[in-house]
Amino acid sequence: MDTEHPDLTESLCAQVREAAAGRYALRIIGGDTKRGLGRAVVGEPLSLAGHRGVVSFEPSELVVTARAGTPLAELEARLNQAGQMLPYEPLLTGPACTLGGAVASGLSGPRRPWAGALRDFVLGVRVIDAKGQALRFGGEVMKNVAGYDLSRLMTGSHGCLGVITEVSLKVLPKPRAQLSLRFELGWEEAARRLAKWRAQPLPLAGACHDGKALRLRLEGGEAAVAATHARLGGERFDDQWWQRLRRFELELFDDPRPLWRLSLPPGTARLPIEGEALLDWGGAQHWLKSDAPATRIHAEARRCGGHACCFDGAQVELPFTPLDAVMLRYHQRLKAQLDPLGIFNPGRLYPEL
Amino acid sequence: MLYDEHLDGALPRTDLAELVDALSAIRPPLELLSSREELTPYECDGLSAYRSPPLLVALPDDLEQIGEILNICRRLGVPVVTRGAGTGLSGGAMPLPQGLLLVLSRFKGILELDAERCLARVEPGVRNLAISQAAAPHGLYYAPDPSSQIACSIGGNMAENAGGVHCLKYGLTVHNLLAAQVLTIEGERLSLGGEALDAPGFDLLALFTGSEGMLGVITEITVKLLPKPPSAKVLLASFDELEDAGRAVAEIISAGVIPAGLEMMDRLAIEAAEAFVHAGYPLDVSAILICELDGVEADVTEQCARVRTVLERTGSREIRLARDEAERQRFWAGRKNAFPAVGRLAPDYYCMDGTIPRRRLAAVLERIASLADEHQLRVANVFHAGDGNLHPLILFDANQAEQLERAERLGARILELCVEVGGSITGEHGVGREKINQMCVQFRAPELEHFRAVKAAFDPEGLLNPGKQVPTLARCAEYGAMHVHASNLAFAELERF
Ligand SMILES: Cc1cc2nc3c(=O)[nH]c(=O)nc-3n(C[C@H](O)[C@H](O)[C@H](O)COP(=O)(O)OP(=O)(O)OC[C@H]3O[C@@H](n4cnc5c(N)ncnc54)[C@H](O)[C@@H]3O)c2cc1C
Repeated sequence: MDTEHPDLTESLCAQVREAAAGRYALRIIGGDTKRGLGRAVVGEPLSLAGHRGVVSFEPSELVVTARAGTPLAELEARLNQAGQMLPYEPLLTGPACTLGGAVASGLSGPRRPWAGALRDFVLGVRVIDAKGQALRFGGEVMKNVAGYDLSRLMTGSHGCLGVITEVSLKVLPKPRAQLSLRFELGWEEAARRLAKWRAQPLPLAGACHDGKALRLRLEGGEAAVAATHARLGGERFDDQWWQRLRRFELELFDDPRPLWRLSLPPGTARLPIEGEALLDWGGAQHWLKSDAPATRIHAEARRCGGHACCFDGAQVELPFTPLDAVMLRYHQRLKAQLDPLGIFNPGRLYPEL
Repeated sequence: MLYDEHLDGALPRTDLAELVDALSAIRPPLELLSSREELTPYECDGLSAYRSPPLLVALPDDLEQIGEILNICRRLGVPVVTRGAGTGLSGGAMPLPQGLLLVLSRFKGILELDAERCLARVEPGVRNLAISQAAAPHGLYYAPDPSSQIACSIGGNMAENAGGVHCLKYGLTVHNLLAAQVLTIEGERLSLGGEALDAPGFDLLALFTGSEGMLGVITEITVKLLPKPPSAKVLLASFDELEDAGRAVAEIISAGVIPAGLEMMDRLAIEAAEAFVHAGYPLDVSAILICELDGVEADVTEQCARVRTVLERTGSREIRLARDEAERQRFWAGRKNAFPAVGRLAPDYYCMDGTIPRRRLAAVLERIASLADEHQLRVANVFHAGDGNLHPLILFDANQAEQLERAERLGARILELCVEVGGSITGEHGVGREKINQMCVQFRAPELEHFRAVKAAFDPEGLLNPGKQVPTLARCAEYGAMHVHASNLAFAELERF
């Protein structure tokens, strides 16, 4: 139990009750590093930054529970000491980036296609509902199907359905060996190889194409990594490159144009949109720097069976790919049920929510 | 545990003739069952102690028919219970005497199997094992493997978020789905998830997984296929003390090994399984652990060595490595047939499904044993130890009403024990009808209201599977009144009636 930091749940609940009574909206803030991810919210700030600290961590249970305001860097350092990690590999937007913000944004790093997404590792959450009541769903156990899966529903809901105050995540031992390999080849050949490898039991944990070369990361037991290296060949490079990718520190991210994330079926080639791109997740996640109109980017992503979101959301009216009419209606109904007064991050995701 | 309007809310009265009339107009024509003997096989799911005949059974074989059935039922206010293969163990598919049972067992088509994209798009009635069989020629398989996999449907798996013996490493159903098509009670089609690794908006694919037929009818599922690991080895370790076996489980994980499966069986379960399938288990021990390691040959060998060291350190009396594929299959056969095997020891058994933190295994097993003594019933334990998912099997004779009652009471106590140590009343079988009262123990009123709010967003009139999964506050008040737990009265704010 964290004794260093106070438990602020009660005061956070009170702030939500006040907002409900006064009928004003709340803008939920973690580290505010992703302020640009989504539409601008007009509302009283509700900061989770002080509600922080690791509540419990039991390495043999493979579970960590921490308050929403805990900086991800602190959490990762704590796991690292025990030889464990967050398998989905969080994106790090800055040192202030919090666990709650990461869970509310629902994004995962380069290891995601092989290890699973953030939502796959969420075991439980504590949330504050629209009446200002503290609720708990899920828990610290690996399996739990009592009631609807509200932990996963809250993950990636961008703070539109409630305030996350605490999260329990499944963690895993760090891989015993890691190796990064570079192959100088065009996307088409890279895609061909990736498709072939996909149906094979290879210890892959990263596949990113930058326009000139395919970068692979291997992770697993020493023997498996060594054997795969021998089989695939390639030129070794510094494993730290993947850290720079998930910290948005590669050269591409310096480009002044808006940053887009495109989520697409694996193996999708560079879309015909002007700008600079990096194809991560074996083509399933493209990072795009472009000032093409948002409607065009959404249309292209949708045409390929995916969707897009803009990390400089304040600059575009629709940072997230719109839902079809039926889906939007059910989203509105869910929002109306869980946040009838519309106090949580109104309009963050879509103008109608 | 029949539907009780006093506690579960009013059910509409259904005019059978009017309903049959309306359904008979559907084209192509639909098979309907309504005679006593036709209905009997549908009275219960895998939890046979709870039964109730439906008013009517509908057996559609065309998607369009499902939409029309839902429209008609909504217009006439008829409750709908969806049924897959009916192997559920929590009474989730138990019918309602005033409701229609929508049976999806005829939707058996594998619509697409793409080995390059590693996915299969299937109809909801396809059997779990049929997917892996169809994928096998490509060296692929569908990972979640409930012990009922030869019979249960993928639709039922998604509705329950089913697990299996390999979930520790490969995840539950929710981790292995890419997309699904769902029909709401309003007859609207929702397309959830997709081939991209995430979808815009809220994660409704996760919300519908484990929703027990309460939010919509799942009409199509796209699952992820995985390459078969090139090597799999199984260790069988026996223990004289349950406590040591429990400690071994926690220490294997602490050693940084994630086995593909890590299962435990206690003495009674071992004896039953051995008598049933002759798996070659040792007989004079308190517990066995079955530990499967898979992956690339060299890694598996190395992990086997590490697990062996842990097993020796924690006091395993004997450790056996399956010498070949046949012996590996035999070790698993004992485990996978453990339920029916235990079933031979008594006229009936009642399978619990609580989960607990792994480190509490030994202590909880001991408590279960003393609770069993108190209730004068025998309990066999066979379970997913690596996930902390217990399956105490309570042996009883349902023909003696008093025994069934005692078994239910013991079951309730075991689940409350799981909640008490920080676990859950269900790890994979779902709440259904069976654990509806225990939901009042695991959740407080505002949490249950939150669940009801989610339900209302998709099914405002409460026509889908009423009386299941989420109890009314009236039910909890009643249950709380007769049952004060952990010294604080649940729902003290509600009036008792
Ligand atoms: C011997 C035995 C061993 C078992 N072992 C395991 C195990 O290891 N792991 C495990 O998780 N479970 C296990 N089970 C339980 C059961 O097999 C699973 O819960 C399975 O997922 C149920 O599938 P089904 O098709 O039989 O569903 P049913 O029993 O028909 O229905 C289960 C629930 O799902 C709903 N439902 C079914 N199909 C749909 C659909 N298409 N759309 C919406 N709702 C739907 C029903 O309304 C009901 O609430 C076991 C059962 C038995 C009898």
